Amino acid sequence: MGKIEWAMWANEQALASGLILLTGGIVGVAGQFRGWPFAAYIISAAGVFVCLLEYPRSKRAKGTSVERTGQYCFTVCVKSFGPLTRNYYVRAFLHAAICVPGGFMLATVLGCVCLGIASLIYLAAAIRGEHWEPVLPQKETTRKTDPVSVRNPPEMPPPRPPPEVRRKRVDDLEGAAYDNPIPVSDK
Amino acid sequence: MQDFYSKGSEYFFHLTRLSLTRQHALSWARAPAACLNFNCMLILLPVCRNLLSFLRGTIQCCSRTAARQLDRNLTFHKLVAYMIAFHTAVHIGAHLFNFEFFMDAQLDRNSSLLPFILSEIGTGDNASFLNPIRTNETSPTIVMFTTIAGLTGVVITLALILIITSSMEVIRRSYFEVFWYTHHLFVIFFIGLVFHGFGRIVRGQTAASLKTNRPDVCADQFEDWGNNGSECAVPEFAGNPPMTWKWVVGPMILYVCERLVRLYRSHQKVVITKVVMHPSKTLELQMKRKGFHMEVGQYVFIQCPSVSRLEWHPFTLTSAPEEDYFSAHIRIVGDWTQALYEACGGDKTEPQEAWKLPKLAIDGPFGTASEDVFRYEVVMLVGAGIGVTPFASILKSVWYKRIQNNQDVFTKKIYFYWLCPETQAFEWFADLLQSLEGQMAEKGVTDFLSYNIYLTRWKETEAAHFRVHHEAENDPITGLKQKTLYGKPNWDNEFTHIASKHPGTKVGVFLCGPPQLGKSLEKQSLSHTEGDVKFIFNKENF
Repeated sequence: MGKIEWAMWANEQALASGLILLTGGIVGVAGQFRGWPFAAYIISAAGVFVCLLEYPRSKRAKGTSVERTGQYCFTVCVKSFGPLTRNYYVRAFLHAAICVPGGFMLATVLGCVCLGIASLIYLAAAIRGEHWEPVLPQKETTRKTDPVSVRNPPEMPPPRPPPEVRRKRVDDLEGAAYDNPIPVSDK
Repeated sequence: MQDFYSKGSEYFFHLTRLSLTRQHALSWARAPAACLNFNCMLILLPVCRNLLSFLRGTIQCCSRTAARQLDRNLTFHKLVAYMIAFHTAVHIGAHLFNFEFFMDAQLDRNSSLLPFILSEIGTGDNASFLNPIRTNETSPTIVMFTTIAGLTGVVITLALILIITSSMEVIRRSYFEVFWYTHHLFVIFFIGLVFHGFGRIVRGQTAASLKTNRPDVCADQFEDWGNNGSECAVPEFAGNPPMTWKWVVGPMILYVCERLVRLYRSHQKVVITKVVMHPSKTLELQMKRKGFHMEVGQYVFIQCPSVSRLEWHPFTLTSAPEEDYFSAHIRIVGDWTQALYEACGGDKTEPQEAWKLPKLAIDGPFGTASEDVFRYEVVMLVGAGIGVTPFASILKSVWYKRIQNNQDVFTKKIYFYWLCPETQAFEWFADLLQSLEGQMAEKGVTDFLSYNIYLTRWKETEAAHFRVHHEAENDPITGLKQKTLYGKPNWDNEFTHIASKHPGTKVGVFLCGPPQLGKSLEKQSLSHTEGDVKFIFNKENF
């Protein structure tokens, strides 16, 4: 399956699981199901925690990273935990641990299983040596592009004389020449 | 809903009396279930490519607008998928409440409560019961995993969630394989869906029982049921037969047929007659297959078993129907294309022997909006970068029809715009345009095709070169008489110009390119459609 970064899919799955846990917890509280104070509170807290942890997308090892809207502040928070959040083994075991309480209440069983699956995908990512990289705007270096093509697209078209002058004047090649107003240099 | 399930209905006891709080949780679960039946029926239909192509062909003669709607099949598929996700969420939420209420009915063992009395019905023979939770020594979670409905429900919801998370745009665009393989979980989804109702867990009062125990009369006399002198017998309940299979069996059969058609087509022999390596990492494959017939602007799915047995990738055909081979120009961007390039000997310097070329399978051709080009009197073709490929086919076909066969085509004027970021991408298409230019000059029909090539990026040194050579007869980049233009086109001017030159006509606008360009062209088409000139926008999509 090529050079897939499993962490990207694990991230989507974990975020979805967080939302499902949260929804399940809210339904449990709203419906006042059996065991709701303990379970629903724990699950909602777990759901919120997972969502916050998973919201910032990691920087991709290859290719452009697409950020989620407004993820910068979350990136800063997650980055501050250093190796705990950088390492995917930690994340895999953390998700596995968080998902267990969800199994005790029907409303959150689905979130529990989904988070378990996300944990497995993170484990696969960790085994393949992936890790979480923050997407920071000031660290955007110039991408390694093909050396032939341009770095910055030009804003203005190259100056050309107006069409009247541009019309081919084979009889007067001397008069057709003109001075460039803008100097030409090789960047 | 409340009016429908009124007194006298067989669900009266289930809905309003089995729950202590008298909520209508069952209705809230059954309504999305009905919607889910409908949506699951619809979701398979837009992805039956061959069926859609066939429909498109048959509808063309009746209504072109209707046929064009079939181009939006993927959007429809996604919309139905969102609906399925939403209804699943509501369905699960409602059932969570249902399970709680049923459990409460078993746990509050008080004979003066109707829910308990109802739960006790059928305890002896386990046939005429109402409450699916049969004892009070269980929990909703255990019940969920031990009933057919519960188990299949969990499995198919998991499948649905995995399908959705792997279909996110980020995953789909970067790792198509993950998306494609995970999407096949839909097989599990449909099997589980059909079996979801087989446990007959939703129960209603039998018709016979409704005669001996009328809910509107007997509901409040529940303590007297079955006693001598009472006019109410003990009610009896039976499960509903499963209904979902009736909805989905048709589309499932159609989809199976679709996959069989694809399988059959994949086994037809395809021969690569020529492989051309073009400069800007573009590979051209010229192929032949017995009985292959195409129209302009169609696309095919190509599979190369030696590269990957399960992957089929779409490519626009760049050859014209009049040629004796069909060709595709493939840009090398990912694993599969890179492997195909190597399999065709792209990295070797000497030409390959014909028998060394890989075996290919072709599914298609499938039609898209470009087929409609010749139905307009005036057309605007806009291609961005590699998006110019369907128009290569159209222009070649135009050349064959008009120039060689001298057929009378309905299309009188073509305006062609090609937006390209780098000069190298010009080569393979420039050859085509050059020969067209030459042929048109020979026959004296130079004003049939008017093309504009826009170079959207350049370097300073290149710019200097252009400046010096602007007097030259031929364009310094393409070698064409028509000069390359720089920057992006001013669409407002272009549309106004065309509108003024062709009053009273329908102008077809065809685009193959990025969505932003599509949006701006669509806006321009709408704003310039005034008076008697109509701009009709068609977008190419895969």
